[in-house]
Amino acid sequence: MQDKTYSSYKQLEQKSKYTNMFLRWFLYFVLVIFALYFIFPLYVMVVTSLKTMEEIRQGTLLTWPSGLNFDSWLVAWGGRGYGAGDTFLKPYFWNSIKMVVPAVFFSTFIGAMAGYVLTKWRFKGDKWVFLFLLFGCFIPYQAILLPMARTLGVLGISNSVIGLVLVHTVYGIPFTTLFFRNFYVSIPSELVKAARIDGAGFFKIFFKILLPVSTPIIVVTIIWQFTQIWNDFLFGSTFSFGEAAPIQVALNNMVLSSTSVKEYNVDMASAIIAGIPTLIVYVLAGKYFIRGLTSGAVKG
Amino acid sequence: MLKWLEKNLPKIVMAPAVGLIGWFVYGFVLWTLYISFTNSKILPKYELWGVGQYVKLWGSRKWLIAVDNLLIFTALFLIFCVVIGIILAIFLDQKIRAEGVLRTIYLYPMALSFIVTGTAWKWILNPTLGIQKMFIDWGFENFTFDWLVNREMAIYTIVIAGVWQSAGFVMALFLAGLRSVEDEIVKAAKIDGANLFTVYWKILLPMMRPVFFTSFVILVHISIKSYDLIVALTQGGPGISTTMPALYMTQTAFHKSQVGLSAASAMMMFMAVAAVIIPYLYSELRRENAR
Repeated sequence: MQDKTYSSYKQLEQKSKYTNMFLRWFLYFVLVIFALYFIFPLYVMVVTSLKTMEEIRQGTLLTWPSGLNFDSWLVAWGGRGYGAGDTFLKPYFWNSIKMVVPAVFFSTFIGAMAGYVLTKWRFKGDKWVFLFLLFGCFIPYQAILLPMARTLGVLGISNSVIGLVLVHTVYGIPFTTLFFRNFYVSIPSELVKAARIDGAGFFKIFFKILLPVSTPIIVVTIIWQFTQIWNDFLFGSTFSFGEAAPIQVALNNMVLSSTSVKEYNVDMASAIIAGIPTLIVYVLAGKYFIRGLTSGAVKG
Repeated sequence: MLKWLEKNLPKIVMAPAVGLIGWFVYGFVLWTLYISFTNSKILPKYELWGVGQYVKLWGSRKWLIAVDNLLIFTALFLIFCVVIGIILAIFLDQKIRAEGVLRTIYLYPMALSFIVTGTAWKWILNPTLGIQKMFIDWGFENFTFDWLVNREMAIYTIVIAGVWQSAGFVMALFLAGLRSVEDEIVKAAKIDGANLFTVYWKILLPMMRPVFFTSFVILVHISIKSYDLIVALTQGGPGISTTMPALYMTQTAFHKSQVGLSAASAMMMFMAVAAVIIPYLYSELRRENAR
């Protein structure tokens, strides 16, 4: 009798093991299908950029290229060298670098200072000041494009890299302030109070106490700002054209230019070149990127 | 003097941020609001004209198409991003091997610009050499997929590309939410005989209400502002069939030189965003105060 129950229990266990195994397989199957869906465009981009136009016409999206042919990359980066009308990404890539570096630096610095004051040198109404800045994260930029265009014109920096540095610095401040404020809130204020009693001043406390522990949030902020500014198209396309354009605008112009035959391989190579800096940052520092993404969304 | 400086140093340091945002955000929005009540064409005029621009805006067929598209896009974008995001988050939460790699793959589109991904999708979706040709070459001779150049369907190509770009983000939000739930709750439920499905459906997902709320706000916000993706994928075409408010605003301002009208459309976008964001900020702030 006991034997029988035991064996049926065994059977049951065996059965649940099978369903479990089936569930696991199903789980992995779905996850891999989605992974393929997400990787598909990247795969197509890379493969297409390595093909000749002849291969593109003959094969399909998925066809493996016949060899490692970087010609379209060279054309996308440096052009064909026939002068007028030959657009290529190199000068615009440098425009973007010249725009990103100062804009990231200034917005990060201002945000760090603001976050420091808002948490460690609190004053009456500071919560409202924070809310005042925070709302800037969310405004649709269409509501400021017109006056911004005029302001840049008046300042004589429309259609220039300097103008874009100003724009990106200003509209980055709400985000950088949010990051630093939320980080500094979690650092105990007792340290700061003790230092104040010892007579340490505003800047000394910042540089001696807060800055040394700020590395993670500085990394998060720099990565966030770098990605946002590098990938921006709205400001770039509205406030600059021709030679001062950043890379995303140049990429779009290259792809849209309808001269002669469409060269998809060069288009894809251009898109990869424009996307590679942020992609590298993401692969190397994904953890910090995700932290920025989620804390940009969920505060506290 | 020095004493005063020392006492007010924090406020002085704070001043640039407050001043810049005050001028460039609030000042500029007010300027746009004012201009939307004037009859400005190429150059802004400062004589008040009333609500004429708003009347014109809501009488414009292109604007109505833009609003229609925005509603379609927002609804589908929200549903697909949230459903895919939740499925991926729950599945990844099952002690999966290679979770890190999978997560990286699901989220990498967020690191790319809409111009880059739009360029890729435009190539993939183009009817002559893209997906359509792939299926025909595989033997499905009557396979057609011409959504990109089809007036009725083009808006859905923007949904495809948009969901692909942002679904991983929702996954990240939900995964973080699920991971923050105490193991004890799940264990207790399992001891009570609940299976995994019930645990998620009855216990964990209802606990994710704040995450739903956040995703909703972020996704609606992305969709109201969407501009780059449309420029890269369809330029609002074929015809004007995929115009959205953001594209309408810049085209009206910078190609048609109707500054007053475009200011009115910008203010409509502003109000739409404010209607979503202000309750969100309010509830977040209340939650923080409660702590």
